[in-house]
Amino acid sequence: MTENNKYWKGIEDQSNPELTEKLAQNEFSNEVSSADFLGNDDAVQTETSRRDFLKFMGFSTAAATLAACEAPIVESIPYVVKPDSLTPGMPSYYATSMFDGSDFASVLIKTREGRPIKVEPNGDAPFNGATNARAQASVLSLYDGARLRSPKVNGEATSWSAALSAAKDMISASSVLISGTVLSPSASAAIEKLGLRHVSVDAVSQSARLDVYESFAGKRGLPMIRLEEAQTVFAVGADFLGDWSGQNFSAAYASRRKPGKGMLKHIQAEAGLSISGSNADTRMKVRVSEYEAVLATVYNAVAASKGFAAVNAPKLRADIASSVNATAKELIASGEGALVLNGLNSKVAERLALAINLALGAKSFDTTTFVYTAKGDDKAYAQLVKDIKAGSVDTLVTLDVNPAYALKELNLEGVKLVSIADREDESASQAAVALPLSHYLESWSDYVPADGQYTVGQPTISPLFDSKSAVEILNGLSGGTESAVELIKASAATMASEKAWNALLHDGFAQSEVPEIAMNGAMNGEMIDVSGINVAKPSTGLEFYTYTKAGMGSGANANNPWTYELPDPITRLSWDNYLVMSAADAVEYGVEIEAQSNGAMNGNTVNITVDGKSLENVPVWIQPGQTQGTIGLAIGFGRQNVGKVGNGIGVNAYELLPSSSALSTKVSIAATEVEHGFASVQLAHTMMGRKIVNEISLPTFLTESPEAWNEKPTFETHKGPMSAFEANLWDDHDHETSHMWNMSIDLNSCTGCGACVVACSLENNVPVVGKEEVRKHRDMHWLRIDRYYSSDMTKEVAEEEGVSAIEKYAKMEVPSESPSVVFQPVMCQHCNHAPCETVCPVGATVHSREGLNHMAYNRCIGTRYCANNCPYKVRRFNWFNYKGNEQFADVNPSQDDYGRMVLNPDVTVRARGVIEKCSMCIQRIQIGKLEAKKDGRILNDGEFTTACAQACGSNAIVFGDVNNPKSEVSHLKQEGRAYHLLEEVGTQPSVFYQTKVRNRA
Amino acid sequence: MHYESPVRNPLILGDKSYTDITNDIAKPVESKAPRSWWIAFSIAFIMFLWGVGCIAYTIGTGIGVWGLNKTVDWAWDITNFVWWVGIGHAGTLISAVLLLFRQKWRMAINRSAEAMTIFSVIQAGLFPLIHMGRIWMAYWVMPIPNQYGSLWVNFNSPLLWDVFAISTYLTVSTVFWYVGLIPDFAMIRDRAINPVQKHVYKILSFGWGGQAKHWQRFEEVSLVLAGLATPLVLSVHTIVSFDFATSVIPGWHTTIFPPYFVAGAIFSGFAMVQTLLLIVRKIFKMEDYINIEHIEMMNIVIMVTGSIVGVAYITELVIAWYSGVEYEQYAFLNRATGPYWWAYWSMMTCNVFSPQFMWSKKLRTNLVFTFVISIVVNIGMWFERFVIIVTSIHRDYLPSSWSMFSPTFVDIGIYVGTIGFFFVLFLLYARTFPVIAQAELKTILKSSGENFKKHHNDHGAH
Repeated sequence: MTENNKYWKGIEDQSNPELTEKLAQNEFSNEVSSADFLGNDDAVQTETSRRDFLKFMGFSTAAATLAACEAPIVESIPYVVKPDSLTPGMPSYYATSMFDGSDFASVLIKTREGRPIKVEPNGDAPFNGATNARAQASVLSLYDGARLRSPKVNGEATSWSAALSAAKDMISASSVLISGTVLSPSASAAIEKLGLRHVSVDAVSQSARLDVYESFAGKRGLPMIRLEEAQTVFAVGADFLGDWSGQNFSAAYASRRKPGKGMLKHIQAEAGLSISGSNADTRMKVRVSEYEAVLATVYNAVAASKGFAAVNAPKLRADIASSVNATAKELIASGEGALVLNGLNSKVAERLALAINLALGAKSFDTTTFVYTAKGDDKAYAQLVKDIKAGSVDTLVTLDVNPAYALKELNLEGVKLVSIADREDESASQAAVALPLSHYLESWSDYVPADGQYTVGQPTISPLFDSKSAVEILNGLSGGTESAVELIKASAATMASEKAWNALLHDGFAQSEVPEIAMNGAMNGEMIDVSGINVAKPSTGLEFYTYTKAGMGSGANANNPWTYELPDPITRLSWDNYLVMSAADAVEYGVEIEAQSNGAMNGNTVNITVDGKSLENVPVWIQPGQTQGTIGLAIGFGRQNVGKVGNGIGVNAYELLPSSSALSTKVSIAATEVEHGFASVQLAHTMMGRKIVNEISLPTFLTESPEAWNEKPTFETHKGPMSAFEANLWDDHDHETSHMWNMSIDLNSCTGCGACVVACSLENNVPVVGKEEVRKHRDMHWLRIDRYYSSDMTKEVAEEEGVSAIEKYAKMEVPSESPSVVFQPVMCQHCNHAPCETVCPVGATVHSREGLNHMAYNRCIGTRYCANNCPYKVRRFNWFNYKGNEQFADVNPSQDDYGRMVLNPDVTVRARGVIEKCSMCIQRIQIGKLEAKKDGRILNDGEFTTACAQACGSNAIVFGDVNNPKSEVSHLKQEGRAYHLLEEVGTQPSVFYQTKVRNRA
Repeated sequence: MHYESPVRNPLILGDKSYTDITNDIAKPVESKAPRSWWIAFSIAFIMFLWGVGCIAYTIGTGIGVWGLNKTVDWAWDITNFVWWVGIGHAGTLISAVLLLFRQKWRMAINRSAEAMTIFSVIQAGLFPLIHMGRIWMAYWVMPIPNQYGSLWVNFNSPLLWDVFAISTYLTVSTVFWYVGLIPDFAMIRDRAINPVQKHVYKILSFGWGGQAKHWQRFEEVSLVLAGLATPLVLSVHTIVSFDFATSVIPGWHTTIFPPYFVAGAIFSGFAMVQTLLLIVRKIFKMEDYINIEHIEMMNIVIMVTGSIVGVAYITELVIAWYSGVEYEQYAFLNRATGPYWWAYWSMMTCNVFSPQFMWSKKLRTNLVFTFVISIVVNIGMWFERFVIIVTSIHRDYLPSSWSMFSPTFVDIGIYVGTIGFFFVLFLLYARTFPVIAQAELKTILKSSGENFKKHHNDHGAH
């Protein structure tokens, strides 16, 4: 029998079961509601208990901590409905057109999260689907904080309607619109509607040349040059690979310069060393005033062979006469493959060039199709100068021209100004009404750059400031209210009626048949008859001319840091313009250039007077290859009111010589004591007899095997001679399993234009460091284009003449007075036995399985050992905090609220104290690989490429996977011309070069 | 008691007793600092502060405040580093190698030489630190286990070897030096009147009692440490030379560097010892202990090592010519005839020609001449490192990247600052430490003391 035992839970249970029972039932007996507690004044007044104190303290600490941790407020608003085309992190591309008054390009704009960040060539475009350095840099001009932010009337910001009506009030029948070349049919229509007298004037005038074709063909344009058809090209003062006719020749030139039978022969006669002259097979140093005589001499030779009458040609100097005659013979021998290009803005010169081309039946000289990127009319402009002087013009409307800077003959005091400009420049700042013009990346536009070509420009971002497209402003001035897009649509409907609007925007261009123009009848007879022509007699004194530089061009990007930071391809100087002078003249005028103890270059300045106008303290650069007796000065510099970057850099060449004048012979200069500091990125100019740029002649290439002229270094070992790839102590990386990225650089195609340098800098957020730092050789370019001159002293000469080693090397440092010029783009060579990788103490630079040399910025502690040990000197150190240090506030885009928007979000902006260098655009490789992976396929060759390769108009740079046997780069690696730079060091680079071949014996 | 031949010159001059030695050596520690000490200290301290300011400016602004550029990424920083490391070589050589070779003359100079070593290695160690772009990440050169995954230091890098070589050398040198100091600290402790001073030296002397067992341990530890330190004398500068020798830069990539650097280091180290001791013996009136015999011995070392260095220079030139490598040939031609010819010929004059005067006994026993040469040698050795570093990289493979180097005021300021720092330490040392290893010196008093020797010769062995 069980007993119901009761177990006590404690002594209380036994002694007082009732109480225990009560307590058990009412466990939380003294329940006080929080309202009672807080509302009870007595309770509050009582001393806070320890528990409460801790509670309050805990709460307040937590609250304070949370408040302190609050993230900074970033104003980002999510899309309510996300546009289909836009995925954060993925770029969108838009086709558009760029025209800045002289450069025209069909481009693709890469935008990220709505921001345009990169200009890429539109490879599909039939006309100028290539980018030069300026086009590449132009995207940064969009984010220029110095741009005009709203319309202004008498310097006061106002609304568009007020400004337009103020402008309209000022315009009368005696007002004049002055502009650069207007390429846009819609803008032309708007100008016509406005009804003002319209004068076009170009930054680099082609007016006299245009007059020739206008009189023959009735079209104010320059003939299209089909370089693909040419066999021998003779350019007289025409820098067709730099700036000449607005046509981009890089691709055509490269395709015709492939070594082999029938390779284009390029002969250049010019005063100053240009990009074209540097690439020429033969170059003659000719004075500007001799250009006409040179053309006349060639014409006479051609005429003699064809039985035409000769012109009265002045006798040439003995040292050029024979070369000119030899050239004439070559041209005649080439027959219809011959091509003569004239770069002198002179009717006589152009007439002679035209006559030679027609007489020889030059196939490449297309007289039915014209290019219109320059249309300025100097006669109309001269009339305007007179009219303004006479006081018959009341208001001058300027459309994207800057008369106060560039058109010094115009007396602006007598007229009222309405400025349509992107900034308050020298002219707009004194204008009664200033109307802000949008950047091309914010504008609607359309262009007819050449016959049969119609392109449109679409905005890729809404205007950053209160600005409008040119066409809309012009239309507004005549009372129109249509928006820019409506005007362009209407224009496109007539210009490209067969192409749907969306297709047009997608492609960016439309083509149409070019109507045959008979040039005033037959292609012989009259046009070849130049008998009445009066060829100018060459001058003998000092002569002065102006030219354009690769970075600055005509000066449209004068407040763009990349314009200045890009070293001139020839002089390798950045942040300056200067007089270029021959060494002989430098001696005569007492001009010297000397390297300072830190490697910076200093030189004399001169006071120069040209046609009675003078400039003081103009720096002088002694230029090998410069014709004695000629001095040149680049335009576009010397701005006073362009913005923080460009103000006060260089001198204004227009002060001395107007755009309409090709040269002046009334020149005097006198050296001063004032020193000028140059920002030179290259101190030594010759190869010192080393095998750096391998160069051979075409006959050697054609007749001998590659082993003879492309000898690979070998090393004697106990196993017999071994190549630098075989003779090594290291374990090799595995280069078979995965991709193996290689790059081929064809030194025959590279013209040295610099587009790749700017493209690389923009793609990879390379900092701009400014003049002082470049002067100290601290430029940050990941990709540089080395330029070497030949020297009169060579190893062979030294041996022949028994020159001592010391004297030999001293003389080798001196460039020849008529040098051969070579360009060599050098970036990180991605060595597979990389000297940098072994020396880094923390392993911040390591090798990838894909043949790349990686740089882990986060791991870098900045010992710079890698940079010292790099034989190619491609590693760059962040000497300062470029994105924060005040010293760089004016120049580095990443320090500017607007400029920062151009930064590529895929690439880290590097911190102070770390090394950086070319990554082979690893961000592009990664995206390419990921896309292929997502699609579950093998990566195709050419799916993506590096920024430099993409920007290269001449396709000199080819990037790809050599493990893919179908890739272009794997074929190029097998070429007989392929060699590695400094192969003997045993670095086994992933970059290789193709031997340069010059078409001369 | 050893017997020493009468043909050997005495190492302790005058009629000294053990007490005299104690008194003479303890005197600088026990007396008030003279005016000249304060003047020297003030100058050194101002230089030091200036250097601190320049270092702070560098760290705050960036390495760009120096004169370096994209081609010359090392210049004064590493020049100074190697120079100071080189100076730091003589101390250990004197105290360790000469101990093993039982060279008694080292006893008068090893203390100060070792002090100089430690102080100059401290200066040297500063440069690899401050030359980093991100000094705040400097600890990444240590193989510390971390949470970055498998991230580890790069054992292939000579810079990493430097880290180990220099830190080992500094540690062993300091321990060796300190062990030698213990009996001497005890001596000062025993004589101290000021209770604070007494207490401090009591701690420093580790309870030294002078018992036979203590002496036995002291001798054993000294011998063991000497054995440990001897390979370091060779290894440190060998490894420093690897920074250059393992690179691919013409003028750096040279197999002769390890012995050449070691010889150069001993050369410059002895010159610095001369400079310092010529002053110390004069000011502290220790001519009897550091006498002409010592100075002559050191001058002979300077002459021999200087000649070795000279042979190395010429070997480099011959090998460059013989190699047939045009980059190598140009690198050496450029050194002698290029823009930095003056640095090369300064180096040649100071390091190769000037020590040859020491062949003359008259000159090598002349104090003023010795002092001048000791300074000249150290100038020359600074130029040697500058020549190796700057003239090699300023013109290497691709002429397009050739450049020049010019120091800024910060470069100069930091260098001057380390000289100031060095003298601040040395001057403090001279006032607080016994500058001569008196305990050791006493062991040779009876055999090499002038009076004892004379007595011995006059009266024969007892």
